[in-house]
This record gives sequence, structure tokens and C-alpha cells, in this order.
Amino acid sequence: MTGLQQIIDRRLSGKNKSIGNRERFLRRYRDQIREAVRRAVDKRGIRDMERGEDVHIPKRDLSEPVFNHGEGGIREVVRPGNTEHIKGDRIGKPQGGQGGGGGSQASDSGEGEDDFVFHLSKEEFMQVFFEDLALPNLARTTLAETPEYKTVRAGYVTDGTPTNLHVVRSMRGALGRRIALGMDKRRELSELETRLQTLRQEEDVRRPEIQALIAETEARIVLLRQRIGAIPFLDPIDLRFRNRIKVPQPTTRAVMFCLMDVSGSMDASRKDLAKRFFILLYLFLTRHYEKIEVVFIRHHTQAQEVDEQNFFHATETGGTVVSSALVLMEEIIRARYPAGDWNIYGAQASDGDNWHHDSGRCRELLADKILPLCRYYAYVQVAEAEQNLWEEYAKLEDEVHHFAMRKAVEVAQIYPVFRDLFKKEGAAA
Amino acid sequence: MSAGPEDIIMGSLENRRSVGVGVGSNEYGGRRVRAPLTKMRPLEKRPDRPLPSPSDWTFELIEEYHEVIRATAERYGLDTYPNQLEVITAEQMMDAYASVGMPVNYRHWSYGKEFIATERHYKRGQMGLAYEIVINSDPCIAYLMEENTMAMQALVIAHACYGHNSFFKNNYLFRMWTDASSIIDYLVYAKHYVADCEQRHGLDAVEATLDSCHALMNHGVDRYRRPAKLSLAQEQAMRKDREAYAQQQVNDMWRTLPRRPEDEAKAEEKRRFPDEPQENLLYFIEKNAPLLEPWQREIVRIVRKVAQYFYPQRQTQVMNEGWATFWHHKLLNTMYDDGYLSDGMMIEWLKSHTNVVAQPPMAQINPYALGFAMYTDIKRICEQPTDEDREWFPAIAGSDWLPTLDHAMRNFKDESFIAQYLSPKLMRDFRLFSILDDEHQAEYEISAIHDEQGYQHVRQTLSRQYDLSTREPNIQVWNVNLRGDRSLTLRHQQHQDRPLHDNAQEVLKHVARLWGFGVQLESVNVRGDVTKRWSVPAPQH
Repeated sequence: MTGLQQIIDRRLSGKNKSIGNRERFLRRYRDQIREAVRRAVDKRGIRDMERGEDVHIPKRDLSEPVFNHGEGGIREVVRPGNTEHIKGDRIGKPQGGQGGGGGSQASDSGEGEDDFVFHLSKEEFMQVFFEDLALPNLARTTLAETPEYKTVRAGYVTDGTPTNLHVVRSMRGALGRRIALGMDKRRELSELETRLQTLRQEEDVRRPEIQALIAETEARIVLLRQRIGAIPFLDPIDLRFRNRIKVPQPTTRAVMFCLMDVSGSMDASRKDLAKRFFILLYLFLTRHYEKIEVVFIRHHTQAQEVDEQNFFHATETGGTVVSSALVLMEEIIRARYPAGDWNIYGAQASDGDNWHHDSGRCRELLADKILPLCRYYAYVQVAEAEQNLWEEYAKLEDEVHHFAMRKAVEVAQIYPVFRDLFKKEGAAA
Repeated sequence: MSAGPEDIIMGSLENRRSVGVGVGSNEYGGRRVRAPLTKMRPLEKRPDRPLPSPSDWTFELIEEYHEVIRATAERYGLDTYPNQLEVITAEQMMDAYASVGMPVNYRHWSYGKEFIATERHYKRGQMGLAYEIVINSDPCIAYLMEENTMAMQALVIAHACYGHNSFFKNNYLFRMWTDASSIIDYLVYAKHYVADCEQRHGLDAVEATLDSCHALMNHGVDRYRRPAKLSLAQEQAMRKDREAYAQQQVNDMWRTLPRRPEDEAKAEEKRRFPDEPQENLLYFIEKNAPLLEPWQREIVRIVRKVAQYFYPQRQTQVMNEGWATFWHHKLLNTMYDDGYLSDGMMIEWLKSHTNVVAQPPMAQINPYALGFAMYTDIKRICEQPTDEDREWFPAIAGSDWLPTLDHAMRNFKDESFIAQYLSPKLMRDFRLFSILDDEHQAEYEISAIHDEQGYQHVRQTLSRQYDLSTREPNIQVWNVNLRGDRSLTLRHQQHQDRPLHDNAQEVLKHVARLWGFGVQLESVNVRGDVTKRWSVPAPQH
């Protein structure tokens, strides 16, 4: 016998050998995945784009059929652990299905436990998102480059690896559950015990009715004790795990202004387009700045600063005065974001409607007050028709190099607005 | 976290362990490399102190432990291939896991799916990973996971490198079916070939062909005939010839034959093609499907070969796992008795061992538990036979246990092993009973339990339970309509009136994709009546 030929340390080689298989899997289900990504983009806030997503695929879509036996016919199986049956015993079959196996029923809702769930990693998620936006590769690498991460604690979650199990939390939860579940029973138990006590002290305790009552109470007490005893000491739902998340560690700080027209003519699909426009700028900024603040300004005839929810989801009616938003933006910059301390980025989305006397003023405001303070200002018009606002802005485009504007009626047209931004970065890198 | 019954950790790999590789051709069916020992050789010298037992392993420690385990195994006369230990990470283990336990394999989405599922379960802590994977090769490759403690590594070495290893080298099914020296090479070839096809014909076309082949994988096996052995070089050299020749054969078969005299033509019509039903669907398709491209034929062949390699493993779960479990238990206990192992080590591996051989009542039979119990029981019958044992096993009661166990390991598969060696005592210990489920009866019937009248019946039923030919539906190629629409007819021969699962229709679509014309499937009961038909029209070209 030659014995041990060798020990080989393979830990550093052949990592991710399965990646080709995963790619093929993602490719096969790309429609479902794109749909899931699209839904996630609509649901998430724009600062919350960069994480993975769980994708659900109904199991029947994934099945690999083979010839198999179905239910029925004559089957005979051997099982261990018989403690009660003898030859010839008959046992009722479970209702609803014939035979013992009882495979789980596939759910038709597409949401049941039978879904095959898998986690699309952050990188894969962004990849799909970029594909939709038709980002060129250079821009993708710029966006996809990952900064340093720091792992920080972030509370507790209900699933995780055993090493992350938080014993104290889990036990506390278990205690609470045990108390809650046993409450009624313990109350009834103590009542019954008192009653038993009084019954036993009755004078005519020998009377059969009383005896019967005592017996009944005692039986009930035994049953309750069993029930209380049967509450599990620790249940899987009690388990809590320490959660750690990675927080990116880039370098400086920036503020991003999102300006959007919310007058009646901006419908949901236009807002959706605008949202992707904001997301893209935001993503770009996260690559370069440690801290990014986002200011949402919406306007119709008047402008106001709102939170993200209201920004995207509230609709106003009435006319449009774009300059109101620019004025507000300038005020906010002066008050909170001195240009020396902050890198200021502006992103404006509109359908091009404006009160016609106002457009000239917008251009002046931009040229004189806002653009000098900004690192970059991008305007996207989510409608085809060129109106006076477009014409006025077009005059600026040639003069100021850090101002960009485009029309976009579908998502793939958004990227060119940022072309200069990415080009510069790409060249520098 | 507590482990459920499905976490019997080493148990999750039974179908994917140890492919291929092994014996040289001169050994097959021929003389034994050496005769088994009749008695264990004595220990030469007791060690001064036990081996160090920290919980973290080091390479030096692994070597030290391996040396002692090897020496102990040698004293028992275990005949193995040389060992090669490879230390890998959990992620690599999942990789290996997902690609059916093979170190290398062609790319396919289903392996990606498998990986995702494995990873998810593992990350949520619902499942332990297998501690080990062994590849049946010479030298025998065993993976050790870096997360394991030293005690676990020792357990894995004893289990995989001496248990499984000696089983691969000596069991007749592996000696007969697994082509040993060439499997890894063949898989490398398969991987490149498939990748090449993807380049040339597109991912979609290759994926579709592989999907269809996988659907028929279990029916792509020669059950009785052994395929010829070929080296990688021969394999490649022959491929080109084969492609040309196969196409020519196919064309020949479909050629419009010149008219014959009337009576002869009638006889021709009655004759079926193929003359005899054929059980290997993939082989039949590879050789006869009229419209397959040469590269598609080659892919069918690759899937068929891989299926064939797995065939012995699917038939020796209980024997193989039982043998490995028996030997890790025996070897490590012997080492303890000899003074090599500390108490802490013992407690740790025994805990894992106990999990592995746990048998929950009423559940599926755990092959580790049954196999371990059976080998242990055979040893008992040899050493301390009761009157009952003498009656049931006159040939082995009171014999030397080492050669008896060796014989039991070499010459059986699960089905025959159980039929031969399951003792009444074991049936009592496991409290085995058999349940009869007849769809015409409203209730299950207990057909036998562990008593005097029931032993034979329980043993037979359990043995049949491990017989692949009753577990999987028997489907064969029945006829090809040569003179008409070229459709293919398959026949399902029912076993005890058990019908096919409804997904047969889906599988049939895959058959039609490979065959290129319409496909029918008839399900035939014992009396020869067709009880159900499925049919799929010719796919659109």
C-alpha cells in the first residue's frame, strides 16, 4: 500500500467554478429576472438601488421532468419503527390523496412556498438594471466599481447562519412566546385549582355529584398541564440572528437636487422615466462621494421641498412655473449647502411645459446663479414636443460645458444626458 | 441549531458520490489483488501518548492522523487505492456538490440551480454540508472541508479514504461498470466539446439538446451489457469516424427501398423496428434518430456515458455508505483502544456518527443506518451466532468475520445484499414492517411485521425496494413507423399496475425534440392491455 500520496491545498484555486452554470441559469430565466428587477426599481427609493433582490420563480417553470411512477397501482414499502401494528392491521389512507407519499401541491398563485427563490447579487441586479438603460460598457464599469466597505452591525434578522445566532434575543423571544401562548391556560388552571380546593372543602363532599365534579375538574387540570407542558421551549420562529451589513466608504460629500414638474401633464410613466434619470445620477455620485444628500423639489406653479415618497407619488394639477423650483433650489443652496463645502449636482426633469414668459427667466437663473455653483447640471425632457423652455435651455448648452440636456421618451435614451459626466470620469480613470 | 432528519449530513450525497475511475482492465473479473486477511494483525507497539487533539487541524496533524489510520486499516487488510487529500472551502464544496460531485463537468443551467438551492439552504443554516466527497479514482481523491475540526477530518479520512475507497476498488459493480482511468479525462473532453458546441451552434440549441437528454438520463443506461473501454485519445480519434458513419447508417435506414414482391412487402409491414424492444432510449436515439446533427448525437452520447457511470452508485447506496460508516467506526475505535485517540476526539466524532446513523421511526430508511447495522450484524453473526443465526445463515455463522465481510462487500448490490444478509435480529431491532397500498382498497394493509411469519416477506419487500428496475418505470422503444410518418412508439410495461406520473407528457416532448418526428407512449398492464396513451406531434422544423 502506498498510503498517502499527498495533501493538496485547493482553497485558493478554483473559486467560483460554478459561475458558468449560474450564468446559464440566469440567462434561462432572464425574463422573470428582468421583470423582478423592474418591479424592484419601481418600489425602491432612489438611494436604495444598490442591493440584491430576491427573485421568485414558480417551481413548475424550473422542473426537469423525468419518467416517474404516479399515484396508484399496488405498492408495498418497508418502514422502521413499528410499535403498534400486527400483520393484517388496516390503516385509513389520508384524505384527499391516494397513497402515502403525498407530494406537496404546486401553488398556482406564483407566490407560494413552492416558489424557487434565489438572491440576485448586487452586481447582477445592477447589470440587469443597466441593460434596460442601455448603458455603454465604460459607464457600467465606472458605476459598477465598488468602493471600500466597512461591515457594521444592523440589528437582528430572523434567518442566518448558526454562528450568528443571538442566544439572548432568541431566548427572550421564546420566553415571551411561551408566556403569551400559555396565558389563557394558566389562568384557567389557577381558577380550576381554586375551585377544586373549595369543592374538596364542601361539607357534603361524599355526594356523588360533588365527586363527579371533582373528578371532572381534576381531569381538566391534567389536560391543561399537558397543554402547557406541550408549548415548545424553543421554536424556530424564536430564533434571532445578528445582522451585519456592509456600508460603503467613499471619500467626500455631495448634494444632489432633484427637480421635477408635478403638474397634471406629468403622468406615472413620465415620472417613472424621471425616476430612472435621478437614479442614474445618484449612482454616479455614490461612486465618488462619501456622503450624499438628496433634496427633492417638486413644482407646479409653486415649488416646495418634499420627501421622496411625495416627490414621486403625489400629483398636482394646474399650470407650471419652472423658475419657482430654481429659486427654491438657490435658496436651499445658500442656506444649507455652501458651495465651498459641498459638491452640488442638479437634475431636472420636466415634460417641457412652462408658462411661456417664465422660460427666459429660467435660463437667466440657471446661467447666473445656479450653474456657477454646480459641478454638473442635467436636464431631461420626458416628452417629444419642443417648447420654449427647451429652446431657452438649448442656448445654454453650447455655452456651459457642465450643463447637459436630452429628450427621453424611453429609458434607453436617458444615458446620453450623462455622457459627458461619464466620459470625463472614464478618461481620468 | 438542531438537525432535522434531512440533515443527516453525510447522507445528502448518495447519488453523486464517486464517479468513475478505478480499476485497470486486467483486474476486472479476474483474480483478486490479494486475499483478505482472516485475522487482524496485532499492533506492533502501543504509542507512548495519544495523538495531539486540538480542535483546529494543521497539515502536519492531518498527515500524522492519516498515517495512523492507514496503518490501522492495513492491519485489517483493507485493500485501497492510494489516497489524495484535497483541502477545500465551503464554497468549493458547494461547487462540487452542484455539479453532481464531479470535479469537472460540462456547463448546464440545472447545475446553477442546484448550486443556488444548496447555497441558500446552507446559508440559512437549514442544512449542513456534506463533510466529504470522494471521487472514485486512482489515486482516490477525497475532499476535506477547511471548516471541519481535527476530529471531523479524522472521521472523514477514515470514512472516505478507507471505507469508500476500498468499496470502489473491490465491489463488483464498480469493477464492472466504472471506467475508472478515463472518467476524469472523459469529463474534460465533454466539457470542452459542449463549450465548443455552444460557440458554434449557440447556447440555446445546446441547452435544448441537453435538457432533452437529461430528461431521459435514467433511461439511457445499459443494464446488462458492459460498454467497451476507451481512452481519451481513442475517444477523440473515433469521434469523427463515428459521426460520419452514424449519419450514413441513419440515411441508409431511411432510404426509400426499391419495391419488393407483394407478399414480402406485407411481411415487412408487420415487422417492427427494432426487432426487439430496446431499453436504452438514449442509445437508440443516438443511433437511429433521423434528424439529429452530428454534434447533437455526440451530446446524447456524452449524457448517456455519464448516466452509465452513475449507475453502480445508484444501486449500492446502503452497501457503500454502510461499509464506509462501519469502517470509520471500527478504525477510530481500534485507534482509541490502541491508545492513539483522546477522549475528547472520541466524543466529538461519535456525536457526528450518531447523527449520521440516526433512524427516525416511520420515516424513510436511512441508508447509513441500515448499512452500518447490517455490516455490524454480519460481524456479530460470525463472532457470536445464536441458534437463530445458525438456522438462517449456516454458511457464515461462526466463521472469521474479516473474510465474510469482505465477501459481502465485493459480490452484491443493495437488492441482493439485503436479500442475502438481513437477519431476523436486525428486523426486530429496526422493528421493520411492510405496508401494502392497493389503490382498490380503501385502507393500507400491514402485510408483515417482524415476527416469525413475517421475516421472509419483510426482507423480500425491502430488497425489492432497492431494486432500480421496480423503482423506476420500465420504458422501452417498441416500434418505429418506418413506412409512414416515422413516428416512434415507446412502451411502458406496468409493474403491479403502477401508472406513470402525469409529467410523462412533458418528457415525451423532450423525446420528440430528439427524435424529430411524432412520439407515442403506451402504458401496458400485466395482461398486455394498453391502459393509457400519450402522444406528441412532430416538432416544427
